[in-house]
Amino acid sequence: MSNLDKYKKAFADTFEAEEEQLANLEYQSIPKWDSVGHMALIAALEEAFDIMMDTDDIIDFSSFEKGKEILKKYDVAI
Amino acid sequence: MWRFSVFGENTAVIDEMGRQYSYARLEAEGALLVNSAKISRCLVFCMCTNEIGSLLGYVTFVNNRIVPVMLDKNLDRELLAALIENYKPDFLWLPSVNVGEFPGLDAVYSTWGYTLGKTRYANAFPLYDKLALLLTTSGSTGSPKLVRQSYANIKSNTEAIARFLELDETERPVTTMPMSYTYGLSIINSHLHVGASIILTQKTLMEKEFWRQFKDYEATSFGGVPYIYEMLDKLRFFRMDLPSLRTMTQAGGKLSPDLHKKFAEYADKAGKHFVVMYGQTEATARMSYLPYQKSLEKYGSMGIAIPGGRLSLIDIDGSEISAPDVVGELIYKGDNVTLGYAESGADLIKGDERGGVLVTGDMAKRDADGYYYIVGRKKRFLKIFGSRVNLDEIERMVKLAFPDLDCACGGVDDKMNVFVTNASLRKNVLKFLTDKTGFNHIAFNVVDVREIPRNDSGKILYNKLNEIE
Repeated sequence: MSNLDKYKKAFADTFEAEEEQLANLEYQSIPKWDSVGHMALIAALEEAFDIMMDTDDIIDFSSFEKGKEILKKYDVAI
Repeated sequence: MWRFSVFGENTAVIDEMGRQYSYARLEAEGALLVNSAKISRCLVFCMCTNEIGSLLGYVTFVNNRIVPVMLDKNLDRELLAALIENYKPDFLWLPSVNVGEFPGLDAVYSTWGYTLGKTRYANAFPLYDKLALLLTTSGSTGSPKLVRQSYANIKSNTEAIARFLELDETERPVTTMPMSYTYGLSIINSHLHVGASIILTQKTLMEKEFWRQFKDYEATSFGGVPYIYEMLDKLRFFRMDLPSLRTMTQAGGKLSPDLHKKFAEYADKAGKHFVVMYGQTEATARMSYLPYQKSLEKYGSMGIAIPGGRLSLIDIDGSEISAPDVVGELIYKGDNVTLGYAESGADLIKGDERGGVLVTGDMAKRDADGYYYIVGRKKRFLKIFGSRVNLDEIERMVKLAFPDLDCACGGVDDKMNVFVTNASLRKNVLKFLTDKTGFNHIAFNVVDVREIPRNDSGKILYNKLNEIE
């Protein structure tokens, strides 16, 4: 599985979202991405890429697009 | 209830925009609200947010003997309509932007983003003289059951909390829970009592903006349900530099002993106070606390009774247990034990039905040093992200919405198992539950089963179900 596929899968599994929805997802843009959902998403991404994110990156992780940039810091190219 | 004039120019509230409101201003604005709307003792539904308008309404109503029912602003509209029908409030106090959703509501006064809207009811039910406030027991399911709190209840609990947490006017708590939730409300009550400054925010711990406010306005404390502490742990909270922070409190369900220990160790090293507490809406808010000095030594414990209260344990025959480490049902006595429940408007005239004694429904034990530990629950409910959810009520709601299936609920705190007998409706049931309760879908595990196991008399065999999961 490519990094992009893994990345998408983490979102899709956590929020039970369809593929076409993913690119536009933002924090609180859907009920499932609330603070509880956010924690679950971070856990899923950390497991998928075997990383530990810093506090600032976790609270900065505000959209599907923004997340790609943030993961670069952890040497995860998407 | 509060004597705002004593604190005059102290800042009472700092909002998300950084605007500061003094106690004198809060009092003056409250007087304007009451005088302009010509409102006196009656019933008001408060649609709560952590915004200045919400807080203004709450304190003004309580200070002027108007009885608020505290509800979440986002409460499912069908459930809200049923509550309105049942209790027939004279007014709604709600964000001005939501007024349009209620046709027939006559806006009589607006300030600070909130509007007082007159309903078509006027003093539909008489109110018991000592009745101050009504809170939901299980807000998310729209249960009509409300807890009736008296002025003396709130005053007693507020004073006790201010005392055991050693609160003074230099405190600046930041909100992490809704005002419609008894724990969130108790933080507001106890801090207004001492003239402190409350930092109001709608932001969550998972947002940068929350932490910016925390640092800019130098928050000294926050409270959290177990789930909030799990989030903090996930956020690598222990690495954060928060010099203004003095105290963290925890209630709203039992924190795992591991996490209790972790936060107690952090607090010990960082020179902060970590106070684990226990309470119920039926006891206004708090019944016990674990003094911060004991947080590490007694981790896993809910502590000792709050000042003025008394805890005890009874066995199955109702006699008091005196030996240590024996499990019994937890009983609390104190002036903060509320009057009782209301199931409909006609109950609002009822007086004190408990006489200061609360049978908690929680099973606990006490160690040789007198510290209490919760070990289980007598009744069929779970805490989901700190809020009580009645499992029988969820079953009833699901069966009503989906007549073609059988349903039974079980599970543990923060994870409810919902067993349904129709696999094709699994997703619909999940959506129904998240829509109605407002809880994230992660709280529910909808499992399809062939049938709900029952005994000969038709009673659901919950133990068998839990084996399936």
